[in-house]
Amino acid sequence: MKELMTGNEALAYGAYLSGVRVGASYPGTPGTQIMEKFASFPGVHAEWAPNEKVALDVGIGAAFAGTRALVSMKHVGLNVAADSLFYAVYTGLNAGLLIACADDPGMHSSQNEQDNRNYAKFARAPMLEPSDSEEAKQFAATALEMSETFDTPVIVRFVTRTSHSSSVVDVDPDAVPPPATEHKPYKREIGKFVMVPGNARRRHPVVEERIGKLREYAETTPLNRIEPGNDDWGIVASGAVYQYAREVFPEATFLRLGMVYPLPEKLIREFAGRVKKILVIEELDPFFEEQFRLLGIPVAGKDVFPIVGEFSPALIRQAAIKAGILPAAVSGFSAAPALDIPVRPPILCSGCGHRGMFTVLKEAGVVVMGDIGCYTLGAASPLEALHFCGCMGASIGVAHGMDKGGIPDRLVAVIGDSTFFHSGLHPLINTLYNQGKTTTIIADNGTTSMTGHQDHPGTGRTLQKQPTVKVDLERMVRGLGFNKVDVCDPNEMDDFRKILEDHLKSDEASVIIARRPCVLQSRERRTPPRIDPELCTNCGTCLEIGCPPLVQQEDCVSINEAMCTGCGLCVQVCPADAIRQEAK
Amino acid sequence: MKKIDYLLAGVGGQGTILASRILASAGLELGYDVKTAEVHGMAQRGGSVESHVRWGEKVYSPLVEHGMADYLIGFEMVETARWLTYLNNNSVTFINRFRIPPLLVTLGKARYPSEKEIENLLQSRGGEVRWLNADDMAKDAGNPAMAGVVLLGALSNLVGGGQEIWLQVIKRLVPARFVEMNQKAFLAGRGAGPG
Repeated sequence: MKELMTGNEALAYGAYLSGVRVGASYPGTPGTQIMEKFASFPGVHAEWAPNEKVALDVGIGAAFAGTRALVSMKHVGLNVAADSLFYAVYTGLNAGLLIACADDPGMHSSQNEQDNRNYAKFARAPMLEPSDSEEAKQFAATALEMSETFDTPVIVRFVTRTSHSSSVVDVDPDAVPPPATEHKPYKREIGKFVMVPGNARRRHPVVEERIGKLREYAETTPLNRIEPGNDDWGIVASGAVYQYAREVFPEATFLRLGMVYPLPEKLIREFAGRVKKILVIEELDPFFEEQFRLLGIPVAGKDVFPIVGEFSPALIRQAAIKAGILPAAVSGFSAAPALDIPVRPPILCSGCGHRGMFTVLKEAGVVVMGDIGCYTLGAASPLEALHFCGCMGASIGVAHGMDKGGIPDRLVAVIGDSTFFHSGLHPLINTLYNQGKTTTIIADNGTTSMTGHQDHPGTGRTLQKQPTVKVDLERMVRGLGFNKVDVCDPNEMDDFRKILEDHLKSDEASVIIARRPCVLQSRERRTPPRIDPELCTNCGTCLEIGCPPLVQQEDCVSINEAMCTGCGLCVQVCPADAIRQEAK
Repeated sequence: MKKIDYLLAGVGGQGTILASRILASAGLELGYDVKTAEVHGMAQRGGSVESHVRWGEKVYSPLVEHGMADYLIGFEMVETARWLTYLNNNSVTFINRFRIPPLLVTLGKARYPSEKEIENLLQSRGGEVRWLNADDMAKDAGNPAMAGVVLLGALSNLVGGGQEIWLQVIKRLVPARFVEMNQKAFLAGRGAGPG
């Protein structure tokens, strides 16, 4: 039976069929749906961990216990989990461990476009890269077998266009995972699992020897293969880029690499001996190219294709034409005639609680250290309230550093609830411990909104929709030792303004929990306000909150009622009192 | 089996992802190899979004190439115009006569092009342009959020498959309580085309 699946879904399906019973992850585009899909299978335990490092430790623990495990994350999540990856490569495991990790070339929804193939080499963990959903399913099984054969975690790398592309997957409706009784017994092995220096020194040679064996494996695995064609150009590619390259060079000989680390030296030499010239097509870093050059094999690569951004068949074709590798296109499509198409960047939703918070922060003229989430959109016009966004959890520590570095007044950190649980707790403790006085605003909308409303430790529900303990943010920060803690709805702007000013005046570190449920999740609607055209002076003040339903007309501003959620924020900012709303 | 490349363009939240799933599944039912590509996450917060859907004997890339789209399905007027470079002189564009002004426009910092300008721009590629009032038609069927399904209905006349195949696919992919409504929206679109 054939079924359409995204790469994310297919990997989860393959992992499930291969007997994986424990999964852990933290959501992040483009990898989020791997764990969401895995959680839907019967008889598995799947969880959202507070962050990727915790998720990886959980996966490692499950594999120590003898149960196959899946851990998934986006590319930058592996930065957070890197410490655990490195020890797990030393200790090895007891049952298979698959780490699925999704890069985001072109940064559709990320703060950088790091190439995580480097992690495979850095940590000495083998890495596979599927080029479509059927391969994602198959590679899950291969990765788990490899993990057990070689006693190492195995990384399966995705990019946005393999994670979020759908293609046809062979589905056997009768297929079931092996029974749970096939469980490897756990036994205490100090030399293998306790990474004190003496033991770690004995494990490092094991790791290097293992990579040697994996290099041999790479020579013979069907994941790496030469696809014969015209030998004038030999193309080296993997993953989504392989698919693009196949369209642009339908006749060429290919070296198709399903295993991207370690690389098969003999196979590469065989390929090099067969073709006249080699073209390495890879997104982001010259990862293959450098290894070819180390083998003394000349290639064309980053001299033809860019090191930045996402590839596409069109980009590859244009670059190859420019380099004289392909003849110029015969027809040539005319360039678009000049017409200004207004850009449409993402924006905060109509009714979003972050809008009230940023409107007040901007008006207060404070320095705002931001973080990762929907509220990062507070940086954009017209709110323009955010001064910084770096990575998950950075806001609070950076704000404390700015405080100590000479900007002690009117400075706040803004972090979302899910991001706070991810990595906000430690810097918050640091601010308190090291006698800072930063005000930290936890923008609590009760969900992980940017990635599609995933649960977290503060929602009271698990990934598998079980009711669970709901970590109380206010009690938690009070428990840490914060005395100045307030909770308010940031869209009640007068309340929020008063609390903010009180906190800014204070000399102690403090926390404001700005709580308003995500409107996209709560679906809360009130009757839209009305604008009295007689009173509206068309001054544009309400437009400065950047709410999508407010549109400037010739004589006054109007409200698109279909888009309006009736939050009433515009009512509060109108200086002419022209926007009226029925009482709640 | 001839390849057919589709590009679906709209604003985050308009339902391009569901429409691309319906289109992809219909292709699979019709015996094609199928691939899609879409974008999630930050772009979905009211920004420009596009989905690629490709049918063919054997499809490699999930991404459509510039100048190679057979059909452009535009959920919103400027979003349709934005993907112009994917069209050629054989392309057919289905465009929803519907505006969601980008924030720059509502702030008075940019101008929303006129219907005529958008028509001329799309015509400049030499293909065919078909306008639909898909939001109104979807509203009549029960909910304006189904505009994409109306557009698919109009498209379905040109790309094969009896209506039963499409209605079955909708039934499989749409939550049970919305199936009837979506099928109605699809048939409204199918009735409106080809014209």
